[in-house]
Amino acid sequence: MALQSLDIRRRSATTLPPPGVRDAATAQVAKLIDTSKCIGCKACQVACMEWNDLRDEIGTNTGSYDNPPDMTDKSWTVMKFSEYENPHSGNLEWLIRKDGCMHCEDPGCLKACPSPGAIVQYANGIVDFQEENCIGCGYCIAGCPFNVPRLSRRDKKVYKCTLCSDRVAVGLEPACIKACPTGALVFGTKQDMREQAAERVADLKSRGFENAGLYDPAGVGGTHVMYVLHHADQPGLYSDLPKDPRISPAVRLWKGAAKPLALAVMGLTALGAFFHYLRAGPDETTERDEEEAAQARKAAARAGSDRPGAPPP
Amino acid sequence: MSTSGEFGPVQVAAQAGRDTLIANAALPGGRVGDAIVRFTAGDRTNHWIVALAFICTALSGLALFHPSLFWLSNIFGGGPWTRVLHPFFGLTMVIGFAFLVFRFYGYNRMTAADWRALPHLGEVEAGRYNAGQKLLFLLWMTCLAVLLVTGFLFWRPYFAGYFPIPLIRVAALLHSFFAFVLISFVIGHVYFALSVRGSIWAMTRGTVTLGWAWRNHRAWFREVTRAARTRSGTD
Repeated sequence: MALQSLDIRRRSATTLPPPGVRDAATAQVAKLIDTSKCIGCKACQVACMEWNDLRDEIGTNTGSYDNPPDMTDKSWTVMKFSEYENPHSGNLEWLIRKDGCMHCEDPGCLKACPSPGAIVQYANGIVDFQEENCIGCGYCIAGCPFNVPRLSRRDKKVYKCTLCSDRVAVGLEPACIKACPTGALVFGTKQDMREQAAERVADLKSRGFENAGLYDPAGVGGTHVMYVLHHADQPGLYSDLPKDPRISPAVRLWKGAAKPLALAVMGLTALGAFFHYLRAGPDETTERDEEEAAQARKAAARAGSDRPGAPPP
Repeated sequence: MSTSGEFGPVQVAAQAGRDTLIANAALPGGRVGDAIVRFTAGDRTNHWIVALAFICTALSGLALFHPSLFWLSNIFGGGPWTRVLHPFFGLTMVIGFAFLVFRFYGYNRMTAADWRALPHLGEVEAGRYNAGQKLLFLLWMTCLAVLLVTGFLFWRPYFAGYFPIPLIRVAALLHSFFAFVLISFVIGHVYFALSVRGSIWAMTRGTVTLGWAWRNHRAWFREVTRAARTRSGTD
């Protein structure tokens, strides 16, 4: 790779490691989404559309501020609005979460993908789909613990947030970060973002949100998109953000032990059959079989009854 | 049993019904003689449609199963074409096999005697199919039924969208497992077809020699010869 920022750490459906001489000098990046600062203006959605040249179809109002109601192949990030009546304070809280790819450190999509190089993880942690290698099988949709990849009806390829890997590669922040008017979205090294989040969490706690915290789920090795939540103990309040996301055990087995085991057993079955044949030889019908058969046929004809033929003399 | 001289050996074999005794049949090694029709032309066509569909389904499926075998997708015109074609190959195989079930299920019902014979397969006189062959047939029916159902659950872009993702994950795992079982036992099937000499002839030309039937399926041999005798008695 010509650009250090595009060094690849993981590559889908690839059994040998990618080039790895250049040690991870590139810092791990992260986007921090502070739900307590978000006003739901959707500037991030618009910036995403503009930078990525996406124009989704005009949909229909489903009775909420979510527009479109869910992510699509052309809407890689969507503001999700939840109304929550806090039973402790009695307040109505409007919990707004910018939904999109979480850029897992251990990406389920990449694990599930059968096409070499259709999903890569860069050295900086960004998980990116390379649509020209995508075969449209949708395994990544089954692999993702956050239900993020979207299969396009037009070209049968999957799409999702790239964390603006093209911008990040040349030292720019993602388009959504640039557009956010309140500073709810910030971008930097993962370490810096964790420190920034710690300050915000301390501040929220001092304001009475005692369960405020950082969402960086360990079940997927941490994520390169993190949330500051007022109610980190109940991420489900934020439009069903999973509490303990992890790659499904079924996917782990399917894309883990099952692959080499099944291949080995099938290969050994074929090899075993070949060598058994080599040693034991074929089972051939002999002249003696033919003679015995002919005699049995005659004997049966002589017997003239419907009882099974007598054994040959 | 009457065979008139105006029919050549091959014609006789092509026209005779299943499990009939015929004379002047072409036999392995260029010989001509008595034979039993084991598979009709329809049976053989059906079998080889399923076999070809199986090869295409298995190769395209293996390409998507393990990265080391992704190169197999080149046979089908690349990754996307492999993804597109695999379910249609599979459907062809399942529909073809449904016809085989229609033709052969009756012969493959496990009886109490079959279960008793299972530990002594070589020693007991086998019918048209021995207990092991019957179990294999039932195993394939099971595998293909599961593969059909689970395959629809994650067939994109047409059907997967209608099913919940947790179900799709389990379906993909089961689909791989039953495909693995199917492929493993097809390897066994091919081994027996190649090593029990005369079997390939049966599935390509339709006939087996009386000696072959005597050696491998003696109870079936007795049925066929008895039926032929009864028939010739009424002629």
